[in-house]
Amino acid sequence: MKMKKILGLALAAALALSLTACGGGDKPSDASKSNTPAGGSTSQQPSTPDPAPSGELITVGIINNDPNESGYRTANDAAMRATFTEDNGYKATFYNNNDAAQQIATAQQMVQDEVDFLLLSPASTTGWDTVLKDAQAAGTQVILFDRMLEADESMYVAAVVSDMPAEGKTAVDWLAAQGLSEYNIIHIQGHMGSDAQLGRTGALDEKVNAEASWNYVTQQTADWDEATAKTIVQSVIDSKKPFNVIYAENNGMARGAAAALDAAGITHGKDGDVIVMGFDSDKWAFEEVLAGRWNYMGLCNPLQADTVDAIIKDLAAGKQPAQKIIYTPEQGFDCATLTQADVDKYGT
Amino acid sequence: MTTPVKNPETRVKRPEESLFKRLTRQQLFIPVAALVLLVLFNLVADYKFFAVTITENSLGNTVLSGNIISVLDNASELVILAIGMTLVTASSGGQDISVGATMAIAGSVILRMVCGGQVTADTMQMNLILAVIIGIAVTALFGAFNGTLVAYFNIQPMVATLIMYTAGRSIAAWINNNQLPIINDLAFKYAGTFLPGIPVPTPIFITILVIAVFWLVLKFTNLGLYTQSVGINPNSSRLNGINPQMIKLLTYVILGVCVAVAGFIRVSRSGSINYSRIAENIEMDAILAVALGGNALSGGKFNIYGSILGAYVIQFLTTTLYKYEVPSTALPAYKAVVVILLVVLSAPAVREKLASMKKAPAKTVKEVS
Repeated sequence: MKMKKILGLALAAALALSLTACGGGDKPSDASKSNTPAGGSTSQQPSTPDPAPSGELITVGIINNDPNESGYRTANDAAMRATFTEDNGYKATFYNNNDAAQQIATAQQMVQDEVDFLLLSPASTTGWDTVLKDAQAAGTQVILFDRMLEADESMYVAAVVSDMPAEGKTAVDWLAAQGLSEYNIIHIQGHMGSDAQLGRTGALDEKVNAEASWNYVTQQTADWDEATAKTIVQSVIDSKKPFNVIYAENNGMARGAAAALDAAGITHGKDGDVIVMGFDSDKWAFEEVLAGRWNYMGLCNPLQADTVDAIIKDLAAGKQPAQKIIYTPEQGFDCATLTQADVDKYGT
Repeated sequence: MTTPVKNPETRVKRPEESLFKRLTRQQLFIPVAALVLLVLFNLVADYKFFAVTITENSLGNTVLSGNIISVLDNASELVILAIGMTLVTASSGGQDISVGATMAIAGSVILRMVCGGQVTADTMQMNLILAVIIGIAVTALFGAFNGTLVAYFNIQPMVATLIMYTAGRSIAAWINNNQLPIINDLAFKYAGTFLPGIPVPTPIFITILVIAVFWLVLKFTNLGLYTQSVGINPNSSRLNGINPQMIKLLTYVILGVCVAVAGFIRVSRSGSINYSRIAENIEMDAILAVALGGNALSGGKFNIYGSILGAYVIQFLTTTLYKYEVPSTALPAYKAVVVILLVVLSAPAVREKLASMKKAPAKTVKEVS
């Protein structure tokens, strides 16, 4: 019996440990506390808020979304991790979560730990005011990557982001150029409130409200999920409502939608009955467009790591970035004009 | 000693009871009533809901489509999970909340095997059956882990399975090196879509097969009896020569196998996986199905057919809500309403009230006669 009790206790302890390890806030603090000795500095003073001089590692806290969320995010996260390494002169602490509240709490912790740079890909555009103010007070420089947030430009030193409203506008303009007599659209939205969703939805909403021949058959969020997107399209097909456009806000959801069309024998893509549109940069999605199964993919470039790296190196050398907001180069790809060279160049 | 005396009494009483009371006493009353209600609602609101049409899919197969087919097809994973969840609930008096996360693991393992470690594979790199068997073995192992914590360490099932609930999706991602693998081989998707030349979605057949297996197992083995007795009183079962810990462990392993089958169906629907989204919140639906089926969540007596019906009711509700364009984010709220109704209706206090309300008029009638 005693043996069992001891084992039970040990297990409970292990459980408690595993829970706190997943609890977010503690992880970065542990990692960055151990930074100072690992940084190789002989003095035991707390790390200075200014960017570290050359020879010393620059501490960065990187807040990103869940890498498993989508192919886009996987590529984005992998690029960040590949760039911000000790070999490259960084002591980086990573935190991934799709929950903005958790992100904010962790960012706060990182600011308290006095990281030199805080790199943010916010899960939601609002709620960051306190963190940004604290960061400014502590001398931590904030750089946004991938996604914008609602704050005054003075609150961050640079933003390397995708221009989501422009992405949406490019896609909607492309769709308008297809010259259909009537647009009956199934609109599958991403995670509500995210920069990508707001930008991509905004452009389409505007057009649908302005034009009489543009209608929503349904407008639903699938939360970036392929299976949910498939269910939504399946339900429209089952209810026999006519539609000729699927505007999915990422590639995974477009894939789910196309699967529902395939199951019902509805043709799509080049010369098909339904136009299929997706976003992001996945190589397999490029191949779908290249093969003519989809009509359009709006490129959302996930590779901002190198640009962010260059900005930090410049700042450390005392050089301010030329522009505050740097948009990653992006464009839309049409199945009629996409080439294999584009796929190799932009696919991730 | 008193039971044999009581039995004839109730047998004599029964004909006097009203039809309503006899019906409501049936365990399957709630799921059947819910199903009838949903069917009636859809008949009145739009009878075309039940239309089944024959179309040709993009591969040139003649297939059936329609809401009813969608319900039967999409409920498959949930039905299979609900069966396993019923056994776990009956034996341990608690639920496994890690089934969604372990489904991600099963899917990840199977995809890793058939893709041979590549991110995109056009043909399967491994025999599909072998890959599924490996997937089953892995989740059975995780089931055994959960079962061991519950049976041998006496940890509350919900707490014990919280470990895999938290870690499962990360493990699934780790199995594939954080890549999102995609398999384009059509044969891989047979299990999740259609077999060539067969108009009914394959998941429906898999579900029927699973139900048949459990029907046979429960009919020809003592698993059902032992599970019930362990759930009702582990100590007296031990005195009767049953090893309660072994039975509890076994039910968790069985659930693990169910999870692998459900995970396989889910990944073969699309040929890809999204670790953080696949089968999200399905554990709650599975538990709800068990409750809807009239099974006590505190364990003991169980009826897997109730849970199966419960699972179909949940999917029927989901499909209905989609048809009426309820935002997918609002679906859980509607399910919550169902849960509240259910919990209130099945509460002993309410049941007694209902019974006495029916009893009172019956008595007066008797006096008059």
